[in-house]
Amino acid sequence: MGLFNPRPKKGVPTYRHEWPVRLSHWVNAAVVVILLASGLQIFNAHPALYWGEVSAPAARLLSVEAVRVGGTFAGRTTLFASTIDTTGVLGASVNSAGVIRPRAFPNWLTLPSGQALALGRRWHFFFAWVFAANGCLFGIHALRSGHLLHDLLAVSQGRPMAAAVRPKYSVFQRLSYSLIIFGIGPLLVLTGLAMSPGMNAAWPWLTEWFDGRQSARTLHFAGAVALAIFAMLHVLMVAVGGLFRNLHAMLTGWYYPAK
Amino acid sequence: MNSRSRRRFLIRIMEASAAALLTGCDRLSQSTAFVRVLGSAESANERLHRLLAEQGASAPVYSEADISLAFPVNGTAHPDHSAYRALAENGFSDWRLDVVGLVRRPAQYSLTALKQLDAGTQITRFDCVEGWSAIAKWRGVPLHSVLDLVQPLPEARYAVFHCADQMAGSNDRYYESLDLEMATHPQTLLAYELNDEALSIGHGAPLRLRVEKQLGYKSAKYLMKIELVSSLAGIGGGRGGYWEDRGYEWYAGI
Repeated sequence: MGLFNPRPKKGVPTYRHEWPVRLSHWVNAAVVVILLASGLQIFNAHPALYWGEVSAPAARLLSVEAVRVGGTFAGRTTLFASTIDTTGVLGASVNSAGVIRPRAFPNWLTLPSGQALALGRRWHFFFAWVFAANGCLFGIHALRSGHLLHDLLAVSQGRPMAAAVRPKYSVFQRLSYSLIIFGIGPLLVLTGLAMSPGMNAAWPWLTEWFDGRQSARTLHFAGAVALAIFAMLHVLMVAVGGLFRNLHAMLTGWYYPAK
Repeated sequence: MNSRSRRRFLIRIMEASAAALLTGCDRLSQSTAFVRVLGSAESANERLHRLLAEQGASAPVYSEADISLAFPVNGTAHPDHSAYRALAENGFSDWRLDVVGLVRRPAQYSLTALKQLDAGTQITRFDCVEGWSAIAKWRGVPLHSVLDLVQPLPEARYAVFHCADQMAGSNDRYYESLDLEMATHPQTLLAYELNDEALSIGHGAPLRLRVEKQLGYKSAKYLMKIELVSSLAGIGGGRGGYWEDRGYEWYAGI
């Protein structure tokens, strides 16, 4: 247990999360769900990933396609050279009328649920600003409060603002939280910017960093997958470590350990 | 309830709240007022690009070796319009580009007349709103050369591009628009050649627009008329383009 969720002293309530952390956590939870779902809507408009500047068939890494089988459709997902049948989820899935239709990601994973690229883009580009602003506010707070140095990186022992009874995160938590906050988060923002033709004119070096626009698109997708996996593991770990107590702490700040 | 089933129950609740959030968002997408709020990001994006870019910054250019083997045909592949077909059968010798509206000297140009103006050549990347990219070499007349000849009036703010193609499943002709800053950018081209060959019908013969700092739908094909206007209201659906009238951003720099 200690590796994942260090247990504080029995029976002593501790103040774990300051309000800026709690606020940005819940804003982020909603925004990430919206960005992932609208991102999959955008991906569905061209359901393939490549390496390099352009979408050359020879540089294709992943594709999600539908093939006709008899009177219906089957989904085929190809990663590098191996193809698997993903009917029902990827490539072909039931639409709102209950009929199997060609669709890369299924209705229940995209925003809007049906095919609507223009609206998906509106959702994505609006909440991308909220994601970035929320990330900046969290970053400023984490720097000023010592949350960053003390809890996330564990390079400093003292906390200027909070009491010393606050439990420190485990190695596993520090690594995964830091990787998501300082690795995947900025990667998603930068690869997103690198896909924009307007940004390309403003900052041509950014797209070059990622080895081209289609590579940036691939890394953006891979980063989103990593974020989704983290979010699922995070919810699982929180549930394993006492879901009510953890939720209470993230809502009010106070963690009440088991009696 | 034991702790395992309680845990499973709570995880179900979390899944359900994510699903409920998406269902709620799906409903909100049907509200025009809400979609307008989402659309406010468009001007924020344009402002950010202006802030970060140097005045008149250009899209990256590439070398001959970078040119894509195949350049996809998108949108209309063959305008199904008798007047256009008649022009195509004549090798576009009867085709004329009308430049009208808020200009001092309205004019008509044949393809030969346009080819007599100083040509620009550029190898650039085309980014489709769908997500794919291809690199190609374009040759044509920089739009600013034509605008210099017709002399826009001071009240002209936008150039509107009227096209020959009627989009599949719609009664509307394709059209697009640019503000004069983008229209006079040195890379904004009235292109008549793609990869050293005359523009094919699939790619917008005889003349198409190339707007290098924005997505592909701005680069209208099958140009027939350029109109200088002070406002986009009253043209098509009033949002400045065929796809813009269908919810896509007018500023397509992202």
